[in-house]
Amino acid sequence: MSAKGLLIDYQWCTGCHSCEVACQMEHGLPPDQHGIVVNQVGPWQLPDGSWQFDNIPSPTRQCDLCAARTAKAELPTCVHHCQAKCMRYGDLEELAANLATSPHQVLFSL
Amino acid sequence: MAEHIEQHDFDSVTTNDDMKSNSYKSGQDALNFEANGKSFGLVEHAHPWRYEQDGLTVTRGSAWSGPGCHDGCGVLMYSDADGHLVKVEGDPENPYNQGRLCVRCIAVPEAITNPSRLRYPMKRERADRGKDKWQRISWDEAYDLIYQNFQRFKEESGAESVLFCQGTGRDIAQYITRLMYSFGSPHYVLNISGMSCYAPRVTACFATTGSFWLGDYSQEFADRYDNPEWHRPERIVVWGNNPLVSNSDGLYGHWVVDCMRLGSELIVVDPKCTWLASRARQFLQIRPGTDGALALGMINVIIAEDLWDHDFVDKWCYGFDELKEAVSAYTPEAVAEITWLEADEIVQAARDLAQAESAILQWGVAIDMTKETIPASQALLALFEITGNIEKPGAMIAPPTLLYYGGGWGGEWLPEGQDQKRCGYDKYPLVGQAFIMSQTDEMISQLETDQPYRLRGAWIETTNFLACTSPDPERELAAYNNLEFIACVDLFMTPTIMALGDVVLPALMYPERDGLRVGDGAQRGETINKAIETETEGRSDMQICLELGRRFNPEAWPWNDVQEMFDDILKPSGFDFKSMREVAPAYIPFEYHKHEKGMLRLDGKPGFNTPTGRLELWSSFLSNLGLNPLPEFFEPSPGPKSTPELFKDYPLILTTGARPWGYFHSEHRQFPHLRALHPEPVMEMNQHTADKYGVSDGEWAWVENDRGKCKRIVKVNQGVMDGVVSADHAWWHPEGSPDNLYDLWDLAVGNLLAFDPGKAGFGCTYKSTLCRVRPLEKEDN
Repeated sequence: MSAKGLLIDYQWCTGCHSCEVACQMEHGLPPDQHGIVVNQVGPWQLPDGSWQFDNIPSPTRQCDLCAARTAKAELPTCVHHCQAKCMRYGDLEELAANLATSPHQVLFSL
Repeated sequence: MAEHIEQHDFDSVTTNDDMKSNSYKSGQDALNFEANGKSFGLVEHAHPWRYEQDGLTVTRGSAWSGPGCHDGCGVLMYSDADGHLVKVEGDPENPYNQGRLCVRCIAVPEAITNPSRLRYPMKRERADRGKDKWQRISWDEAYDLIYQNFQRFKEESGAESVLFCQGTGRDIAQYITRLMYSFGSPHYVLNISGMSCYAPRVTACFATTGSFWLGDYSQEFADRYDNPEWHRPERIVVWGNNPLVSNSDGLYGHWVVDCMRLGSELIVVDPKCTWLASRARQFLQIRPGTDGALALGMINVIIAEDLWDHDFVDKWCYGFDELKEAVSAYTPEAVAEITWLEADEIVQAARDLAQAESAILQWGVAIDMTKETIPASQALLALFEITGNIEKPGAMIAPPTLLYYGGGWGGEWLPEGQDQKRCGYDKYPLVGQAFIMSQTDEMISQLETDQPYRLRGAWIETTNFLACTSPDPERELAAYNNLEFIACVDLFMTPTIMALGDVVLPALMYPERDGLRVGDGAQRGETINKAIETETEGRSDMQICLELGRRFNPEAWPWNDVQEMFDDILKPSGFDFKSMREVAPAYIPFEYHKHEKGMLRLDGKPGFNTPTGRLELWSSFLSNLGLNPLPEFFEPSPGPKSTPELFKDYPLILTTGARPWGYFHSEHRQFPHLRALHPEPVMEMNQHTADKYGVSDGEWAWVENDRGKCKRIVKVNQGVMDGVVSADHAWWHPEGSPDNLYDLWDLAVGNLLAFDPGKAGFGCTYKSTLCRVRPLEKEDN
C-alpha cells in the first residue's frame, strides 16, 4: 500500500475547528491535545487594501490518518466533517499532482 | 449516498467534496413520495433509520436541538450495547449538511454525560430565590405545584396573568405556544428588547411583501447543486452577519463557501473583517448601526445611474416614485459621512449588485438589532426588489411551507378577546397584533408597575435570558422577582433559573428523545430520533408540555403520547411520524417565479400577498398602522452623532454578540472540548484602539459606559474597525458559584445596554452603543 497523506486547500479553510474536535472525539484526546490543529494567520490589511486571513490545519504526530476508519473504507473524521470541504485524503503521489492545480494548498505526508 | 463513501476506491484521492455531486448520483431519477397530492423529493438511503454497524447501533436523525443551534443538521448517532452515545457524525446522505458537522454536535456525547446536567425535578421556597437551596421532588409533585399555582392565578386574575417564555427558535416553540393558548394566556414572550432576533426582518418582509425571503442556495432541492433549475448566485451580499458561525434563518452557513467555490462573489458589510470579508470582492467596513443608510445610498446610486430592473419594477413593485424621493438625500457623499465608508465604495457596491445576474441578501441580527430596524429592513429589502432579485434562481425566494403554524400552534384555543391583553398590544400593534407576541420592553414595565394589570406567574422553557438576551439583567431580575411563582425547564442549571425558579424540570437532549424538524427558514420534513435512553429523570420538552397541557385543558391535548401528537401535527402533510422517520428528509415541491403563477396570494391570482398585489416599496400595511410606509434612516442612539456629549466620555462604539465557534448563545460552556476553543469572554479591538486606551492583548479589562460595566479579555484583532469594540455576549461561568449567579454580574454585557426599542416596538441597541475600556485595577482582581 502506498504512502497516504492529507492535502489541504487553505484558500477555503474557514477555521471552523470541526477537524480538531472530530479528531479529539475519534481518538479520545483531552482538550489540550490535538491530532490536527488549525493555525490562524491574520487578519491584517495589506498595502493594496486586500486582507491576509488564512487558516491552516496542521496534523500532529498523534494523527494516524484514522487508520481504524480507513480500514473500514470510511474517510478520516477530519475530512468527513470538514465544513469547507477543503481537505483531501489519499495517495501522496496523486495528492501531489493536485498541488499544481491552484495556489494556497499544503500537503502533509503522514 | 452512503455507498459513495463505502464503495470508494481508496487507492485514489478521496475527499468529502465533489462539489457538484456530493453524495448524489447525477442523472439519477429523482426519488419522490406522493402524499396528499404532493410529490416530495427524497434521497436514497442505504440503510433504514436505525441499523447495526461494526457492533454499534446507528440512529439517523435530525439534530434540532438543545444543546445546539436552530439548524437541524442530519446526524448519525452511534450507540453501544450499553446504550451509551459513543459518537455523533454528520450524515452524508442528508443534502442539508452533506456529512459535515460543526463542533457543537461533534461534541454532543460529552453533553449527554455532563455531570452538571439537571437530573430530576426540584423545588425551592420563593424566599430562597438566588440561593442554592433546591430540594429534589417527584414529577407528580412538580406538576402539582405548577398546576395549582397557575390555576389559582387564572381563577383569581385571569389566564393573562401568566407569561410563557421561550428562547431561540428550536423545535420546542409550537408546544410552548399550545400550552400557553390552551391555558388561555396571550403572552408569548421572547425576553429580548425590541424582539430583535429574526422577528423584525420577518415582520418587515411580511408587512411589505406578504412573505419572508431567503437566499436561494439550492436548499429546496434534494439534489442540491446538481439541480438543473438552480443557478449559483452571482453575488452574495453578506450584510451584518457571519453566517459561517451563526447559521441564521435555516441557512447552513458553509453553503456560502460552496457557492464561492462554484463562482459566487461576495460583498461583505461588517465593522469587522471576517474570514468571508477577507475573501470578498468588496468589503465595506461600516460604522455599526448605519446599514440602513448604506442601503438607501445604494438605492440612490442605482436609480441615478438607471441600473434598476425596469421590467420587474413596472410589473411587480408599488411605490417606486415615492422610494426615489425618499432616497434623494442619500447621495454617496452624504452616506459616506454617515457610514464612515468612502463614497466610491458605495457607488461601486451599488453597481456591482445591480449588474449581477442574481444576488442574495444574506442578512442577520445586526439588522434586527438596529434600533430603527423596520425602516432599515425595508431599505435592504427594497434594494433587492428594485434589482429584480426575487423568485429567481440564485436570488431571494419565498420558502414553501410544509406545515403552517404562524403565530404558534394551537392559536384556536385562545379565548376571544385575550389577544388584546398582550403587553404592548395598542402601543406597538406591529408586534402585538401583526407578529402576535407580547412586546418585551412593555412587559418589563408591566412587571414593574402592575399596569394595566398584575402579572403573577411565568413558564420559562429553555431560555437563559438573564445571561443572554437581557439588555439590563439587574432590572429584568427585579421585574421578574415580582412574580409569585416561576416554573423553569432546562438542560442545565443556569443563572436565570438559580435567580428566579421556584420549580425546575429537567429536559432531554436531542439524542434522548423523538421530535419533529419542520420549521425555521426553508421547511423540510424531518424527524428527530431518539438514539439512547436517558440516564437522568428528564423528560422531553414535548412530553412535559403534553402532560401539563392535559392537566390544564385535556380537550386541547387529546393524545396518549408524543408520537400520537406528532402524527396529528403531520396529518396535513400526508405523513405520520413513522413514515416520515423512514424517508426523511422530505423536500416540499418547489417552483421559481411563484408570483407569476398565482402561487403566493391566497386568492390564487398572480402577484404578491399584499393589498396592492405588488412588492410594496411604499407599504400600505405600515401606513395603516401609523408607521412610515417608506424606508428611512435614523442615527444610532446612543452614538457619536446622536449623543455627542456622551461620546466625549465614552468614545468607542460597542457592538455585541458576534458568534464564536463552539457556542450557541449561553450554551456549551460546560463541555470541555468546546470551552477549550474559547475559554473566557473576549472583546476585540484593533491595536491602535488598545494602545490608545492602555489595554493589552490577553489581559482582563473593563468595558463600561454610563449604564454599567463588565469584564472581558482583550483580544487584539486588526480586522476590527478603528474605534470599535466587539464584545462577546451570553457569558457566565457554569463552574462558578451559584451565590453570585455564576459570575453573571461581572460578565454580562447587558450591564451596558438598555431596554430601548425603536418606534414600532422592534429593534434595540445591542449592536451599536457607546463605551470605553480600561485595564482592571489591582482591587478588581
